[in-house]
Amino acid sequence: MPDGQSQNPIRTDVTIVGAGPCGLFAVFELGLLDIKCHLVDILDRPGGQCAELYPEKPIYDIPAVPICTGQELTDKLMEQIAPFDPVFHFGQMATALSKTEDGWWRLTTDMDTVIESKVIVIAAGGGSFMPKKPPIKDIDAFEDTSVFYAVRQMEKFRGKHLVIAGGGDSALDWTVNLQPLAASLTLVHRRDDFRAAPDTVNKMRQLVASGGMKLEIAQISGLEGSDGQLTGVVLKDKDKGEWSIPCDMLLPFYGLTMKLGPVAEFGLNLHENLIPVDTEKFQSSTDGIFAIGDINNYPGKLKLILSGFHEAALMSQAAHRIVHPDRKLRFQYTTSSTDLQQKLGVS
Amino acid sequence: MKLHVTDREGGEHELEGTKGWRVMEIIRDAGLPIAAECGGACACATCHVYVDPAWTDKVEPRGEEENDMLDLAFDVQENSRLSCQILFDESLDGLKVTLAPE
Repeated sequence: MPDGQSQNPIRTDVTIVGAGPCGLFAVFELGLLDIKCHLVDILDRPGGQCAELYPEKPIYDIPAVPICTGQELTDKLMEQIAPFDPVFHFGQMATALSKTEDGWWRLTTDMDTVIESKVIVIAAGGGSFMPKKPPIKDIDAFEDTSVFYAVRQMEKFRGKHLVIAGGGDSALDWTVNLQPLAASLTLVHRRDDFRAAPDTVNKMRQLVASGGMKLEIAQISGLEGSDGQLTGVVLKDKDKGEWSIPCDMLLPFYGLTMKLGPVAEFGLNLHENLIPVDTEKFQSSTDGIFAIGDINNYPGKLKLILSGFHEAALMSQAAHRIVHPDRKLRFQYTTSSTDLQQKLGVS
Repeated sequence: MKLHVTDREGGEHELEGTKGWRVMEIIRDAGLPIAAECGGACACATCHVYVDPAWTDKVEPRGEEENDMLDLAFDVQENSRLSCQILFDESLDGLKVTLAPE
């Protein structure tokens, strides 16, 4: 049986929920104290908001780094923590947290990965990135039967009449990939201009020109059907008014939004969807569960990356007492400590 | 200077505007429900508002990046704006906006 299943859970020192900049830097601060980490993130890559929302946008307030992009910051952090061999579990959402009989924290993901650790660090930022749901009446009733926010198996869409909505890479990639399987496909976008990769946009335009699919410049205003089965979508346009087109399935691709998600069920005290912590250890209301970065709250809190880095350093001191209760904590500088330099692989 | 905001339930709020602040910041500072997830970087579309038709000519037009980001918003109208991209000043004293659905 592979590691990490329920009968054979992974055991490590610390599980970090969230691989954004604060989660990544926590690996560094913990690593200097001989503490090993596993990280879980719903995205398929590290960086959190830096990678998802503004990979190409400049950041000017990282100390001693006059300018870097979100992606550059992520890449540098990954380089910085590489000596500590963190283990990443990407594309997974932390869904449940419980305590084992022998006192370990047991974290389970929606992919059934099970990680047991002595300490939990929640560095989940604004929460889990989840697909944006169009605010269309009754859309909930069609989800997972006729409305899908992701494509897990393309076969599900074979022979179906599909409507795809959106103008970015997800919408265009799936348009081009699902068109050969679908009975019919209509792409709906609010304007005749697309943010997606030009090459994919060209392919879509060729498919439209050859009659392989349709493009509607409009917005979706309603759904038709019953018992979870879609029969059509209602489109609207300020000049053309409202009309409906028949379809079996709708795939809306409007990007991602952040929702707190299952962390709310972890049994921690919450205040307005944030986790209150103390400012000595950045520990939550539960011993052994820490919260750092945008998801925590304390008097004077600033949602800045640099604050999260500070929080990671102090949290690590407290985590050390739990992970290595028998060891005395020696405060050292990387500049002068041969011991730390050996851990970093530079000495 | 005043900023008038209509929330998603139709409630009306008169806010004190500050020169140089983004309209999103004024709305957020007042505690009204505006997600503004990216914090004003024009990198999401969660500060979407409708500018009152009487004011659309007085507000600077949408930038190209803002128009791109509106692809991620719902029910986009001609008067749709990302409120993080509107700088408030005297010329906008009395501006009226409505929070878009989310």
